[in-house]
Amino acid sequence: MKKQVLQNKPVIAVGPFHPLQEEMEFYQLTVDGEIVTDIDVRISYNHRGIEGISETLQYDQVPFLVSRICGICSASHPLAYVQAVEELAGVKLPERALYVRTIINELERIHSHMLWVGLAGHFIGYDTVFMWAWRYREPVLDLLEEMTGNRNNYGNVKVGGCREDIPDETVPKILRDLDLIEKKTDMLTKAVLDDPVIHARLKGVGTLTNEDAVRYAVTGPTARGSGVAIDVRRDDPYAAYDDLDWNVIVREEGDVFAKAVVRLLEIMESVKMLRQAVRKLPKGPVATEVKSIPPGEAVGRAEAPRGETFHYVRSDGGNRPIRHKVRAPSYVNVPSFKASCIGQHIADVTITLAAVDPCYSCTERLAVVDGHDKIIHDWRNLLKLSREKTSRIREEL
Amino acid sequence: MSDFLRLKERRIMNHQQLIAELAGIKDRLTGIDETSNKRLYLNCKAEDSFAVNKFIFEHVGARFLIATGIDAEDCFEVLYHFSYDQTGCVITVKARIDDRQKPSIESISTFLPAAEWIEREIHDLFGIEIINHPDMRRLILSDDWPEGVHPLRKRVPAEAAQEKEK
Repeated sequence: MKKQVLQNKPVIAVGPFHPLQEEMEFYQLTVDGEIVTDIDVRISYNHRGIEGISETLQYDQVPFLVSRICGICSASHPLAYVQAVEELAGVKLPERALYVRTIINELERIHSHMLWVGLAGHFIGYDTVFMWAWRYREPVLDLLEEMTGNRNNYGNVKVGGCREDIPDETVPKILRDLDLIEKKTDMLTKAVLDDPVIHARLKGVGTLTNEDAVRYAVTGPTARGSGVAIDVRRDDPYAAYDDLDWNVIVREEGDVFAKAVVRLLEIMESVKMLRQAVRKLPKGPVATEVKSIPPGEAVGRAEAPRGETFHYVRSDGGNRPIRHKVRAPSYVNVPSFKASCIGQHIADVTITLAAVDPCYSCTERLAVVDGHDKIIHDWRNLLKLSREKTSRIREEL
Repeated sequence: MSDFLRLKERRIMNHQQLIAELAGIKDRLTGIDETSNKRLYLNCKAEDSFAVNKFIFEHVGARFLIATGIDAEDCFEVLYHFSYDQTGCVITVKARIDDRQKPSIESISTFLPAAEWIEREIHDLFGIEIINHPDMRRLILSDDWPEGVHPLRKRVPAEAAQEKEK
């Protein structure tokens, strides 16, 4: 009997449907008591075949398709794609187009990081953080709507420039809103960094070591939180990032706390960049005409909020790409759970999985399988476990 | 721990030094295309791709980005994209597979776990056999998808496609 129990190790199934954040991923955690001993991730429950569809569309149509890969990163994907096509066509863009792209992309980073901070707070039972972060995410979305017509899925880049210009009357509004965002982010950052419970709850949790970060080739805040100082905006500059003065935020610890700090400080860096970009915004057109795409191949990359977005385009000289490969940042960040989750408590897994911001989400159901007994939990129980741990820590302090 | 994983001790090369460094695998390459000093394409045969990729990852110290499978009508290609972040150079290793009937290539996941998913994906979508892969389950295609139908191939076998219709 005992032997059988050993063979049938308890498996906690998380997923496969996560309706809160519209992503479908299926995590199977093998546990020994409270400790996670193995993790298996299954994806592709909602595969949309975007790379295949892209081969049937014309070069001008593809940006609208790839902006729908992710609603939150809907500026970075089309940007990486058009940069690949522009590299192929060898066009030089008007200065103003580069600045407009920078502004849209940095606003996207602010709203995405705030979304994450809010959700992370929610997961560990800090709903005040959730409310504050999402409250001050709104003015960012309003700005994006005013400039592009949409809160998400901006559809503002095209091969050869941008579709819409930033109206002159919006500029003072951006600067005004940036002051507000900076003040509130500063407050939120200090509140998070000063809170002893958050320290106790997130420090040393879900650590991804520097070596594992290299082996799993993670990108974005996940890499920068583990001491890997990479950022495409600095390493392979695109848009107007070369003209701006800013810093790459790096933390060495690799735990959830480090990733949170990186994101919070990156919001401040983005505010800094945006101020410069808005003040420097050159006059002139925002697009140039691209007549034809010659045969060949090219790559484009952009730093999305979650990490590096990579696009590869091959052309045969026709009006459609013959191959278009997309690599979204979560594709390399998610497998790193094998390194960061093993040895963790179940109560910590929620926040560890959320820490790479994998468009991961809410867990619809959770089944604890132990021998022949099967207990079905739901998302509420997993949240409860995570929050109970926070309140335990709070009482002990 | 292997030396190449110690980021802090890595040698930082400029672009000329990077090109010079590639001499170490020169006899395994069939050509080098340099479209700009940020984009480098290394051509090789499928059987040499393992050695070339290992050299780029462990010796040059480039970061793995992703691999791209391509059905190029007369052959298959697997492109391994790396980023050398010190200069912002994207190094692409282009491995050409001439055998269209039984395409295969050696797995690089054995030394680079980041490639595990994409190799499974290439196996699903292009039907390229990945030799020595640690976990060859399907990643993209569902378990009831018919054998031998690979959606990103330019020509999907008619019979298999019909079977899927049913």
